[in-house]
Amino acid sequence: MTRNLIVIGAGMASGRVLEHLFETQPGAWNVTLFNAEPRGNYNRLMLSPVLSGDKTYAEIVTHDAAWYEERGVTCRFGEKVARIDRGAKIVVAPDGTELPYDKVVIATGSNPFMIPLPGHDLDGVIPYRDLEDTERMMGLGSAPGARAVVIGGGLLGLEAAAGMAARGIDVTVVHIMGHLMERQLDEAAGYLLKKALEDKGITVLTGTNSKQILGEGGKVRALELDDGTELPCDLLCMAVGIRPNVALAKDAGLAVAKGIHVDDQMLTSDADILALGECVEHQGAIFGLVAPLYDQAKVAAETLGGTQAAFVPKEVATKLKVTGCDLFSAGDFAEGDGRDDIVFRDPSRGIYKRLVLEGERLIGAVMYGDTGDGAWFHGLIKDRTDVTEMRDTLIFGPAFQGGAQSDPLAAVAALPADAEICGCNGICKSAIQTAIKGGAATLSDVRAQTKASASCGTCTGLVEQVMALTLGDGFEVQTVKPMCPCTPLTHMDVRRLIKAKALKSMAAVMQECGWTTLCGCASCRPALNYYLLCDWPGEYQDDDQSRFVNERMHSNIQKDGTYSVVPRMWGGITTADELRAIADAADKYKVQTVKVTGGQRIDLLGVKKQDLPDIWADLNAAGMVSGQAYAKGLRTVKTCVGTDHCRFGTQDSTGLGIRMEKALWGSWTPAKVKMAVSGCPRNCAESTCKDVGVICVDSGYILHIGGAAGLHIKGTEVMCTVKTEDEVLEYTAAVVQLYREEAAYLERMYKWMDNVGLDHIIERVVTDADSRKALADRFYYAQRFMQQDPWAERTKPEYRELYAPLADLTLEAAE
Amino acid sequence: MSDWTDIGALSAIPERGARLVKTAMGCVAVFRTVDDEIFAIDDACPHKGGPLSEGIVHGRSVTCPLHNMVLRLDTGLAQGADEGSVATYPVRVEAGRILLDTERLRRGRVA
Ligand code: SRM
Ligand SMILES: Cc1cc2nc3c(=O)[nH]c(=O)nc-3n(C[C@H](O)[C@H](O)[C@H](O)COP(=O)(O)OP(=O)(O)OC[C@H]3O[C@@H](n4cnc5c(N)ncnc54)[C@H](O)[C@@H]3O)c2cc1C
Ligand code: SF4
Ligand code: FES
Repeated sequence: MTRNLIVIGAGMASGRVLEHLFETQPGAWNVTLFNAEPRGNYNRLMLSPVLSGDKTYAEIVTHDAAWYEERGVTCRFGEKVARIDRGAKIVVAPDGTELPYDKVVIATGSNPFMIPLPGHDLDGVIPYRDLEDTERMMGLGSAPGARAVVIGGGLLGLEAAAGMAARGIDVTVVHIMGHLMERQLDEAAGYLLKKALEDKGITVLTGTNSKQILGEGGKVRALELDDGTELPCDLLCMAVGIRPNVALAKDAGLAVAKGIHVDDQMLTSDADILALGECVEHQGAIFGLVAPLYDQAKVAAETLGGTQAAFVPKEVATKLKVTGCDLFSAGDFAEGDGRDDIVFRDPSRGIYKRLVLEGERLIGAVMYGDTGDGAWFHGLIKDRTDVTEMRDTLIFGPAFQGGAQSDPLAAVAALPADAEICGCNGICKSAIQTAIKGGAATLSDVRAQTKASASCGTCTGLVEQVMALTLGDGFEVQTVKPMCPCTPLTHMDVRRLIKAKALKSMAAVMQECGWTTLCGCASCRPALNYYLLCDWPGEYQDDDQSRFVNERMHSNIQKDGTYSVVPRMWGGITTADELRAIADAADKYKVQTVKVTGGQRIDLLGVKKQDLPDIWADLNAAGMVSGQAYAKGLRTVKTCVGTDHCRFGTQDSTGLGIRMEKALWGSWTPAKVKMAVSGCPRNCAESTCKDVGVICVDSGYILHIGGAAGLHIKGTEVMCTVKTEDEVLEYTAAVVQLYREEAAYLERMYKWMDNVGLDHIIERVVTDADSRKALADRFYYAQRFMQQDPWAERTKPEYRELYAPLADLTLEAAE
Repeated sequence: MSDWTDIGALSAIPERGARLVKTAMGCVAVFRTVDDEIFAIDDACPHKGGPLSEGIVHGRSVTCPLHNMVLRLDTGLAQGADEGSVATYPVRVEAGRILLDTERLRRGRVA
């Protein structure tokens, strides 16, 4: 006896159910199929190739009219089911007709989520879900100069963007998170993806928030961002997520949470109604990819046929269907307890692979650039294979498994003569061997003659192995001190690469320089943050979380966790008003100790973290700014009283010191920089043990550099003598800039001077006037972005909350 | 018995940063990693009580801001050559809100 089955929604999930039903239970069901879309089942995934022009709609139809007809399916397409009356066991069509059922399958999919931004209901604001949306975007391609904005940098948004870009539309993607596809990719892979999309001409804005959609005559005109920027557009596609489409089920009184509740048999809370696909929730999980839906379809068909089957969720893998953006992600790739990462990066070929292992099993994989082994890794994850045996070579994929573990030299020996060793410069093994046989005996010889390992340097190890192989015992591997355990590169290598390859973000450096860790460590991150800030002023965004506590808090932390507050006292000069404000602040915030520092200013010690914004605001109000007593940057410019009062003074040492401090404050430097100006060679301001010291004489100013009086006592060297105050400022800016550009992080000026030599500095700053001017110009350019009082900034409301506890449970606990 | 308490939004903690929760048993530091995982540990370094919430967060570890001891956020154990540990507290994220299990923080620590 045939029974009545009503299927609501003719999408990918229900399509599969029907296929199974007609195959395993032919003639058992009299099927009526409703679909809100005016068509039957098509391959929704393939809308993206349709959008980009690689396929036509006809090619992606799964079930055509003939298919339904042969199986006797009553198709009611373009009809959205209005209601299910469970008591009467009928389904009500939109035209009011009532259809009795024995069983119902709900497969209504999901609704795209539209952010309720002002203007979201304008004409031209669309989601990306069905053929109509796709056609809307395709239509735009024929208009010359058409522009589109896509909100959302996830799978769907990027496919929409790439598809439109392929049709010649000028596309901008606006993504709120720090990197693209953050749910599937880590930061490193997100960085590579962004680069690839930008190469396709797509503008990608990450970490960007939208404010409102602007319209004209009811039609979308532009998207306005949080910072006021307007992105003009003819079409705005929102692809920010989906919500299970549960309206019908909820209305029918079925159990619904995020999605329609189903058990392992795909039964809803009503045993005659099944549900599957994106509209359901199973064990708290909802679905957005098609693979699990096919498993559900199989189970649903068996349940309808009266056999017992159970749906078991499996790991699903993600791929992006945008050509040229080869990425793969599967499993769980968060770092964790007892979890290990294996990271492989090939900067020259833009490859990134990361495997996450837990014990003897692979639990997650993220890959970009070379995803050929994705399926194999996915298999290992799903099958929970023990990978202990192949752990060392796992990342190289299945091709490397099975053979005996060989030592690295033997592996290099086995490489053919034309094997590429240096990817950046395309240098093969034989070229290196020829150079060695021709007399190159050191790594730098080989670099000079072949360029191998001279660019990104990540193949240095391989080049050295080729040398060891060719030279035998005659070769000793050089030992250079790497920056930190995250990289084999030295500070200087990294600085060189940041410039040479125009690396402008932390993720870019870590990828292009082959970092072996996920997000660096406490020693490389502050260094990278400084290098990027120094090399790309105005472009790179300072990263607070990569700064040591003192610089992040703009105060020095004390051993008891309180902070010290040191306002600037320009050149050591203060006023009664400033002193009064300092005294008031000391009273108001119960400062433990008020001390005169060795840097000619006043230190308020023992301020509580949550009081910092308030005390700063008070000091700001009295005209004072942060003294940056915590910074790898300009600390103080000490002065003596000079011609103003002293009988020996030759020049206005106090005035000059103030000018210098006003010109140089706020700059970030590799290590701290201290300066002093003394009015005569008696040197009361101790100029000869400062990073930059000025000694005034009758005929002008003697400029000293490279002194220190801390861990090592180091007298200065004389750089030159100049005639005017303006020259003092220009030369000082130039030498500080040279130091900023060339020194390793945490290297005080005197150490840098030891490394590069005083002659080099004199050449660049004194002898070569053009070079000096260019250095000073770069310094002042950077200062335009640096000279903002960090205290004033951090008393703003958005910062303030960071100084307060997240929650206070002490009151509750006392109850 | 767990006692899950809403202590604030995930977005209130900077990525690779931490915020404090004051409790009757002292301050608890709640960390957010680069992968948006959340951990809660005591805010006092086993070395000399340094405020761990002010350290640099890398991977699932934090480096103490006072003398650079590295502690795992998930186990509370010191890494490398150092010895010592801090207490960890169950914490989870639900719908963008952070829930901390305050069971031990109200009644005192069980040994
Ligand atoms: C406050 C002050 C001592 C004082 O009470 O006078 C001071 C306090 C600190 N000094 Fe200093 N130094 C102070 C003047 C000096 C001086 C004298 C000077 O500047 O004329 C020196 C020697 C001159 C020099 O630097 O060449 C000095 C050489 C050091 C050193 C060794 C630097 C070196 O390269 O050898 C350190 C350690 C470091 O920076 O790594 C240091 C580090 C520190 C730190 C920041 C330690 C830290 O990281 O917590 C101290 C912060 C205490 C606090 O909680 O506020 N302090 N320190 C002085 C602040 C000056 C200011 O107004 O900014
Ligand atoms: C552009 C695009 C690209 C994608 N790419 C991928 C990919 O690469 N890989 C992947 O795994 N997944 C991808 N997906 C997701 C995948 O398409 C979905 O997971 C899948 O289609 C969900 O199937 P479903 O049957 O649950 O819902 P759907 O396929 O959405 O079908 C539901 C149908 O029900 C209809 N309906 C709703 N309410 C009613 C009602 N009351 N009465 C009658 N009919 C109703 C709807 O009109 C719709 O046609 C992509 C999705 C899109 C939009
Ligand atoms: S530097 Fe010379 S002129 Fe200036 S106060 Fe000292 S002794 Fe006097
Ligand atoms: S207090 Fe943490 S390392 Fe010393």
